Amino acid sequence: MSLLSETGKYFLLMKRVFVFPDRQKMFFRQFPKELEKLGLQSLPIVAIISVFIGFIMTMQTKLNTSNPLLPVYTTGLVTRDTLLLEFSSTILCLILAGKVGSNIASEIGTMRITEQIDALEIMGVNSANYLILPKIIAFVAMMPFLVIFSMALGVGGGYFVGVLTNIMTTGDYLIGIQYAFVPFYVVYSLIKSMIFAFIISSVAAYYGYYSYGGALDVGKSSTNAVVNGSILILFFNILITKIMLN
Amino acid sequence: MIEVKNVNKSFDGNQVLRNVSAVFKTGITNMIIGQSGSGKTVLMKSIIGLHRIDSGEIRYDGRNLPDMKMSDIRILRREVGMLFQGSALFDSLSVLENVMYPLEMFSPSTKEEMVERARFCLQHVNLEEKAFGLAPSEISGGMQKRVAIARAIALQPKYLFCDEPNSGLDPKTSLIIDKLIHEITHEFDITTIINSHDMNSVMEIGENIIFIEKGEKAWEGNNSDIFHVDNQALNDFVFASELYKKVKKSNQ
Repeated sequence: MSLLSETGKYFLLMKRVFVFPDRQKMFFRQFPKELEKLGLQSLPIVAIISVFIGFIMTMQTKLNTSNPLLPVYTTGLVTRDTLLLEFSSTILCLILAGKVGSNIASEIGTMRITEQIDALEIMGVNSANYLILPKIIAFVAMMPFLVIFSMALGVGGGYFVGVLTNIMTTGDYLIGIQYAFVPFYVVYSLIKSMIFAFIISSVAAYYGYYSYGGALDVGKSSTNAVVNGSILILFFNILITKIMLN
Repeated sequence: MIEVKNVNKSFDGNQVLRNVSAVFKTGITNMIIGQSGSGKTVLMKSIIGLHRIDSGEIRYDGRNLPDMKMSDIRILRREVGMLFQGSALFDSLSVLENVMYPLEMFSPSTKEEMVERARFCLQHVNLEEKAFGLAPSEISGGMQKRVAIARAIALQPKYLFCDEPNSGLDPKTSLIIDKLIHEITHEFDITTIINSHDMNSVMEIGENIIFIEKGEKAWEGNNSDIFHVDNQALNDFVFASELYKKVKKSNQ
């Protein structure tokens, strides 16, 4: 029952969010700020994690596939497909659910408990639309760039560690990352990540918007946003994979 | 003028407001007073429309709020200014931008006109020019209240609501804020409703006072009548401190 009413509340909030902004210029003033805050400020963590995952993926694959029957390009192929299919979309989004999700939930939650949202409502502003819409659109718009950035750095990281540690030749790695390349995997990954971006930002906004009480409660909302956002990502990952790759 | 008729409101079966009726006149400072938990905040939030009432009427110059659609309520709210207990200034905006915010949302004015209006409002509440560019967190509590008043009057509202305007302020600053609200009410001919349990405010600017006790209107009058009331609950509330007991004695 609680799950049902929470879901209903979420959709009612989204109905208020997805309407034409009261003032377009306010939306377009807020939008670049959100692009910067949710997207550009996520670049460092995306870069660090992607490069290191590229490193370790290459090293682990090489170390655990020592069978001489396996082709030399196996390491490059496995690294590329893992990054393309799962890491740079799903795992990256799980990490961003923590960073971006908690940021959105705590920001909106603090505005709620300090009556800033009430102030907007009293002024006659659709607070849900004004506060949440730019965040969702900005994050969904930034996500493909973050995913492509992650893919490039992950594959680059794998190349770097392979050559640096002499576990494989440059040629073997380059053949591997080009072998049996399916361009649709990139499209699949981008579509998937955009859906995940919507889940992260909208779920976090929902928990923030309906925060009540004090600082402790904002913390709880933030935790709920991250946990439930992550669970939904995992669930939708199966669903989207089933639909798009089967 | 705001007219409240037979308003009832309950939360999960717990009745908080019982048949409350009152008239809040234009051009004077109307006050809702009562102990903590008496229902005065619920009454104010119901009048503004932040709580949906169970039954009754809330008429803004004849327009009945409970009958209005959300889109009409939004339009009505553009005629409303509100001073929140914690000021509720937007953290991400400077003092000047906070006051400009309602203008940018709803005024057809040019940017220059908006800046001019915001500066006028801030000067009207005696805020120093050097504070205009600061963030709300960089100014004192008293200054935050002044900015909140400036923001509330930026769109020249017909109705002004003040929720505990003096909470967290020292007596001197409280007096300044009270006088400011009083002056603005008279100068701009606004229907002002102040929710307070600060007796200094009540004595200073209470031109029409409504005392709420256990969700019911227990008394109505002004700051002169309050000394000669035969209502035990009100007397217990007003003359709780030794100071006001002495004031009462000297008045008798």
